[in-house]
Amino acid sequence: MNKIVGKEYLSDKVVKFEIEAPLIAKSRKAGHFVIVRIGKKGERVPYTIASADPQKGTITLVVQNVGKSSGKFCELNVGDYITDLVGPLGKATHIENFGTVVCAGGGVGIAPMLPIIEAMKKAGNKVIAVLAARTKELVILENEVRQFADEVIIMTDDGSYGKKGLITNGVEEVIQREKVDLCVTIGPAIMMKFVSELTKKYNIQTIASLNTIMVDGTGMCGACRVTVGGKTKFVCVDGPEFDAHQVDFDEMLMRLKAYN
Amino acid sequence: MPSKEYLQAERNQPWREALRKTMKNKERTDLPRVKMPEQPPEVRIHNFREVNLGLTPEQALAESHRCLDCVDPTCITGCPVEINIPKFIKNIERGEILEAAKTLKETNALPAVCGRVCPQERQCESQCFYVQKLKKQAVAIGYLERFAADYERESGHISIPETAPANGIKIAVAGSGPAGLAFAGDMAKMGYDVTVFEALHELGGVLRYGIPEFRLPNTIVEVEIEGLKKMGVKFVTNCIVGKTISQEDLKEMGYRGLFIGSGAGLPNFMHIPGENLIGVMSCNEYLTRVNLMQAADPESDTPIHRGKKVAVIGGGNTAMDAVRTARRLGAEKAMIVYRRSEEEMPARIEEVKHAKEEGVEFFTLHNPLRYEGDENGHVQRMLLQRMKLGEPDASGRRRPIPIEGDTLWVDVDEVIVSVGVSPNPLIPSSFAGLEVTPHGTIVVDGETMQTSVEYIFAGGDIVRGGATVILAMGDGRKAAKGMDAWLKKTL
Ligand SMILES: Cc1cc2nc3c(=O)[nH]c(=O)nc-3n(C[C@H](O)[C@H](O)[C@H](O)COP(=O)(O)OP(=O)(O)OC[C@H]3O[C@@H](n4cnc5c(N)ncnc54)[C@H](O)[C@@H]3O)c2cc1C
Ligand SMILES: Cc1cc2nc3c(=O)[nH]c(=O)nc-3n(C[C@H](O)[C@H](O)[C@H](O)COP(=O)(O)OP(=O)(O)OC[C@H]3O[C@@H](n4cnc5c(N)ncnc54)[C@H](O)[C@@H]3O)c2cc1C
Ligand code: SF4
Ligand code: SF4
Ligand code: FES
Repeated sequence: MNKIVGKEYLSDKVVKFEIEAPLIAKSRKAGHFVIVRIGKKGERVPYTIASADPQKGTITLVVQNVGKSSGKFCELNVGDYITDLVGPLGKATHIENFGTVVCAGGGVGIAPMLPIIEAMKKAGNKVIAVLAARTKELVILENEVRQFADEVIIMTDDGSYGKKGLITNGVEEVIQREKVDLCVTIGPAIMMKFVSELTKKYNIQTIASLNTIMVDGTGMCGACRVTVGGKTKFVCVDGPEFDAHQVDFDEMLMRLKAYN
Repeated sequence: MPSKEYLQAERNQPWREALRKTMKNKERTDLPRVKMPEQPPEVRIHNFREVNLGLTPEQALAESHRCLDCVDPTCITGCPVEINIPKFIKNIERGEILEAAKTLKETNALPAVCGRVCPQERQCESQCFYVQKLKKQAVAIGYLERFAADYERESGHISIPETAPANGIKIAVAGSGPAGLAFAGDMAKMGYDVTVFEALHELGGVLRYGIPEFRLPNTIVEVEIEGLKKMGVKFVTNCIVGKTISQEDLKEMGYRGLFIGSGAGLPNFMHIPGENLIGVMSCNEYLTRVNLMQAADPESDTPIHRGKKVAVIGGGNTAMDAVRTARRLGAEKAMIVYRRSEEEMPARIEEVKHAKEEGVEFFTLHNPLRYEGDENGHVQRMLLQRMKLGEPDASGRRRPIPIEGDTLWVDVDEVIVSVGVSPNPLIPSSFAGLEVTPHGTIVVDGETMQTSVEYIFAGGDIVRGGATVILAMGDGRKAAKGMDAWLKKTL
């Protein structure tokens, strides 16, 4: 049982939680995630660790209310307990000084991008964050991102904030302007697919963090499997980050609909 | 093997001598073997309750008469934890059922589990005098074991093994499957301060997430774990050794030894076209959804496909468990697809029999080649290759070979792939210096179960790469002995 010690609405449907988890706070790295279960009948659902405070012994999760389980999560308040929480899971992001890194985060994908932006900056990279959302209210964590990114480009579908357009427009603008050494993309699968297609055209190495359906998160069930470079990989143990140009996004998009 | 002298001394106890004289051996061997009462197939396919109902006291008594209390009880050699089989059976015969249960617990921490899931026909019962010399059906050792263990549990007089005075030495266990539980029990008996860390949110390993309720009810496992708690064993769920706590953390926390019983959790796939379609999944995923996550319960948030035409690929216990589960979840057509013949099936005979009674169809000597889906990517049909048996391979089983050009399409809406598991690489990859085989199993000393890292011992499926509950427990016990000896030497 892990206690919720902080709750903040980043938008109508996006909640930031601070949760007591001292062991995880100490051992987690950028890119890691946890599996959460709410209630005795709850399912096991993955969320990326957006940040952690080892001194306080807490981790931060940013949860977008998209359905049943995330909805139950968002109803919890400070002082409530999370029935089960396990982690850190997955492989940590490979961080080094690549040069110029474009971090393309869409929607709730901005949250898991935050620790990567921070780590990439600290490793000496020039970090350009491209944040995209449908509309102004859904652009989350802008201030936090600004603390670490050298530049922040905001794109909204409806033009209500930043520039009007898709995330790919923002990324392409940077690519045409300067040399990009690495692109990291996190967001809805369809968005990552298009970012990947774009950077492939320009031959820019790209990492995507995949958000497949999971059960155990430890490599035991294979629910999370995807095809990468023609081989079956388990996102929870082999990922969640993969070479985006090798990922079969169409298969992944299909598999995400397994229980809809 | 327990020493001959010890077995002899026990056998020479006056009560046993007296008991042997109450009946002629001829009378004993003329008795028929009991039949396990079962839920009728047409009833049980609509529920998840246990299929085997357990012997009645009268049946248990009748069966106990069959055991000849042999001078040389060969049955014991067939039991990986060397239960004193005649002693426990004779205790049933004289009506001392709680004593029988105690005898079981001398060497087996989970008798109610083993009585249910051991492949007895290949272990203890295969070595019974009846089979070896009389060519008759073995004494029903497993049924009797279950009877005594259930009797004890239901009586409420569960004996908690005595523990030596606490020695304050902290020992960690990774994994709460049978290997970890057996290890923890033996170490606690010796006075160690044992903590079991489990990655999942429930305890028991495969006993919990793999083997279904209708073969092994969760309450049985829970009661056994309660027993360990009473002996002072501590349990921490949601904690992955190597991830949540590292090698260094364990040292910092003061643990002097670690036992790894992390199982063989990685499901194998066949890597054939269409295997990633929706509705195709590993047996682990299917059984975990149903057993661990209770997906069949309408109140549970975890979803499950309820296929009408379900194919399970494989012929092991896991495959039988999955296909019988599918039947209970409403499959009208539930199929086993296995590339060899029924004779080569690794599943327990009882499971195959039960599956057939429940209307499961067997496509033996068939192997899937590909799956095809509908426009939404949901599996729709599978192409099967007919096979025949060729020469025996390295394992001694006849090798299945395809019959060229002989294929058929079968409609399916769910496919469960049950073609074995590999060791989970999680622990080996996070512990520096831990030697593993090319198959990913951890290398240990066969006697002590010590790994290449001095303070780490290992056992069960992570060492064997997939075996049985009782072998995993045997490993746990050996490792406890090994670690105790090593600690005494080094501390
Ligand atoms: C590695 C990883 C990191 C993630 N990080 C975040 C994050 O930081 N913040 C965030 O908001 N979201 C994150 N997600 C996505 C999040 O897990 C899903 O949004 C969430 O599971 C949806 O559940 P739901 O019941 O609310 O949605 P619904 O739309 O109601 O889901 C319908 C059904 O689909 C299944 N399902 C869909 N996605 C998943 C999943 N990922 N795991 C298990 N079952 C699933 C469930 O069975 C569910 O019942 C992450 C996913 C992954 C794999
Ligand atoms: C469906 C099915 C049916 C079976 N039927 C039978 C049968 O009828 N008879 C029989 O004898 N055998 C049967 N078996 C085989 C038997 O269950 C296994 O051989 C046995 O459970 C192995 O025990 P174990 O303790 O090594 O591992 P497991 O039972 O696999 O337990 C390992 C535990 O360790 C946990 N773990 C893994 N990594 C970590 C970590 N890093 N930190 C903490 N915890 C961790 C896992 O979550 C798991 O709970 C069956 C297996 C399956 C899957
Ligand atoms: S533990 Fe298993 S092998 Fe040993 S006697 Fe019992 S049923 Fe037989
Ligand atoms: S071999 Fe068979 S008859 Fe002999 S003691 Fe063992 S169970 Fe009894
Ligand atoms: S979630 Fe089960 S293997 Fe990845």
